Amino acid sequence: MNNTNLNYGSVSIFFHWLSALTVFGLFALGFYMVDLTYYHPWYKTAPELHKSIGITFFLLMIFRLLWRSTQITPSHLASHTSLEQKAGKITHTLLLLLIFMVMITGYLISTADGRGIEVFELIMIPALGSMIENQEDIAGLIHQWLAYLLIALATLHALAALKHHFIDKDNTLNRIIGKRQKLESINEKTVN
Amino acid sequence: MKKQLTKLAFISALAVTTFLPTAHAADYVIDSKGAHASINFKVQHLGYSWLTGRFDKFSGSFSYDAKNIAASKIEVNIDTSSINSNHAERDKHLKSDDFLDISKFANAKFVSNSVTDKGDGKLAIAGTLTLHGVSKEIVIDAQTIGEGKDPWGGYRVGFSGTTNISLTDFAIKMNLGPASDNVQLSLHIEGIKQ
Repeated sequence: MNNTNLNYGSVSIFFHWLSALTVFGLFALGFYMVDLTYYHPWYKTAPELHKSIGITFFLLMIFRLLWRSTQITPSHLASHTSLEQKAGKITHTLLLLLIFMVMITGYLISTADGRGIEVFELIMIPALGSMIENQEDIAGLIHQWLAYLLIALATLHALAALKHHFIDKDNTLNRIIGKRQKLESINEKTVN
Repeated sequence: MKKQLTKLAFISALAVTTFLPTAHAADYVIDSKGAHASINFKVQHLGYSWLTGRFDKFSGSFSYDAKNIAASKIEVNIDTSSINSNHAERDKHLKSDDFLDISKFANAKFVSNSVTDKGDGKLAIAGTLTLHGVSKEIVIDAQTIGEGKDPWGGYRVGFSGTTNISLTDFAIKMNLGPASDNVQLSLHIEGIKQ
């Protein structure tokens, strides 16, 4: 369940893939819903769903960060160059930052008139109201472009993992899909 | 020297025509500062009810003389980004390229061409409305509400007017259904004499 120096624990792995699914799912839903025609059956439902999932995802990300703070980060694979290590670290930090910024700007669109956000028709997240003029437009523009950036970066992150798996044939991807690596394999690589 | 003289003559002529007091009608500035004026719209929702909203920011001026209505003129400039239907998500949509496209068309404008006295304080104000980059002739049916001195040393006159526009006429592409193409605009204008 916990991370070790070699492997990600099951909780970290679960959070990682749930986040990936949610980020791409919310992006697709958002991309789809803004061009729906007025009489489309999803015209009203899609944005409600987008907001409900978004708020739930925010809570999930808080839990993920809390969990992360109690865990050690598995060390870099010995086969990773220092450039790869740095690039990976920056990408991971940026991904987390972008996720939060997209969520916050999304919240600022819907709450600009003082209305709260209803989550799955169960609870109401209160609004902070309007803080800047034309808040819904400015927040909307930032939300849109940061979402594009997030998807671009997440795709790069995925491509890098695939490159490690198929070209470098190392354990980068294996570690996050739960294939545990043994100490010996690391040692072998270190020795080589 | 000759060039300077012509320049001087031109400037003098301009000054005379600009500052010469106009005998027929008094000039007024719409009191948007004191918010004694509003530009509202009304559109049907699905054909089942009316949705109302307004433009929070606009400015304008007019000239008016009750004894010489035909000499009246009015010009109103509307900041399209100030559309307010009391719902941020909807306002964001109204400002997008599905409707007003405010990034391209930040202003809407009405300039009168002729004002006709219809009697009983009723006026027909014909002019050009430029909205969403499209200019179209419209007629505003207006009514004089009242005029006179205000308690603070000024002089005011007020009107109400309504007109109907079609969204498709102004190339607004979002289809809200057959009952919602027609938008009623209503203006309540108070002017302070200059």
